[in-house]
Amino acid sequence: MPKAGSGPSLDGLGMPLWLVIELTYKCPLKCPWCSNPVDFDKYRNEMTTDEWKALLREGRRLGSLQLGFTGGEPTLRNDLDELVADADQLGYYTNLITSGVGLDPERIRSLKRAGLKQVQLSLQSCDSEVSHKLTGLEVWKHKIEIAYALKAEGFPMVLNVPVSRYNIDQTEALIDLAADLGVEYLEFANLQYYNWALVNRAELLPTREQLLRSEAAVARARERLGKRLTIYFVVPDYFDDRPKACMNGWGAIHLTIAPDGTALPCQEARLIKDISFPNVREHKLDWIWRSSPAFTKFRGNDWMKEPCRSCAEKERDFGGCRCQAFLLTGDASNTDPVCRKSPHRHLIDDIVSATAKRREQGIEEPLIMRDRKASVAT
Amino acid sequence: METEQRLSPDDIMELHPNFHFRWEEPQRAHVLLYPEGIVKLNDSAAEILEVCAQGDLSIAQGSAVLASRYDHPPIEAEIMQFMELAYAKGWIRPKS
Repeated sequence: MPKAGSGPSLDGLGMPLWLVIELTYKCPLKCPWCSNPVDFDKYRNEMTTDEWKALLREGRRLGSLQLGFTGGEPTLRNDLDELVADADQLGYYTNLITSGVGLDPERIRSLKRAGLKQVQLSLQSCDSEVSHKLTGLEVWKHKIEIAYALKAEGFPMVLNVPVSRYNIDQTEALIDLAADLGVEYLEFANLQYYNWALVNRAELLPTREQLLRSEAAVARARERLGKRLTIYFVVPDYFDDRPKACMNGWGAIHLTIAPDGTALPCQEARLIKDISFPNVREHKLDWIWRSSPAFTKFRGNDWMKEPCRSCAEKERDFGGCRCQAFLLTGDASNTDPVCRKSPHRHLIDDIVSATAKRREQGIEEPLIMRDRKASVAT
Repeated sequence: METEQRLSPDDIMELHPNFHFRWEEPQRAHVLLYPEGIVKLNDSAAEILEVCAQGDLSIAQGSAVLASRYDHPPIEAEIMQFMELAYAKGWIRPKS
């Protein structure tokens, strides 16, 4: 998921410091904001254990350092433990990004033995009913048990809360819960509207008032808890005036490999349908990263149009998010419409005010849950 | 974000176990790795952590070791300043 605020604090020297591997698009949860493609069911040709191992070697040679195992639900792959062990041997700092559904105390011990360093566990709510509504499954109690089991095994943990209007008013209670669980980091990941989240945007987007209350609760908690709990707050960019520095720039430090081996500058990039993304089964990773048309397309700032080209802030935000520009304006090389200087900014303002109006009028429609049936229909 | 954290020259510090400190050849530098983060250290920062945050020497003893490597310049205050910054960032903690 594109983030601002938890990025690395060093220049990548042209290396893909952050390697994210999506082991599978399969997941039992049905979260209606899933970052996987809406047509995920089309991609069934998952990389084999040996193919992933070869990729991990190539990544280290290119200077990758932080490695995220994600999906879908990565624990559904039986070779996860083996791949973690391999990655640890190669010198990666290994992070597991999971819903917790495929974990139990024994698997957790096995991953610890394999050398896993850190776990990011998702939690959708502080109460089981809301969690059920948002994930489509009774998983809340299991997730809490898994959080305790992970702490018992000594893992540093990030509790990741995808934030929508359904849980944003639980900010304070979620902070209390995170403090009780003893996690080191709590991340409020205000949803970014791509893929499934875009499909459900009218139902998921909070109001500005909700957002301000949530930010205030976070500020109070930071004051109160200090070093005990680090709280990240991923900016909900629709409410901002300047675009996020998405991925620290296209092809700058992030590299994602999709389940079928497609290499992407971020987890969402596949939605830019007019770019053909290279596959690690067909090309050397070195060529993909350094020279492929897909990765060089928006690298640096030669590609920029106005108002980015002459903007004093272009080195800071890199023109924002290419995926968002594509989705909302139809051209990935346009300025991210979140930017106040963008001629398309009205699109964002219209969405925010139309959503606020829906809330006032009490209009509510069912969420379109992420599952195979809905995926096939797209 | 970090609040000021005072340390005393007699404090014995160690790396926080959630931070991995090591040489990273492609970067030609020492790095600290932690959940969702990387910090690239300059040579002096890395050397201070190597000597003063191993859970054996006090900050004053570590400073003396470092000073002796470089013909005894007055570096104690600078080292203390860096240690307090590292403590505020959660990289190091008092040895228990």
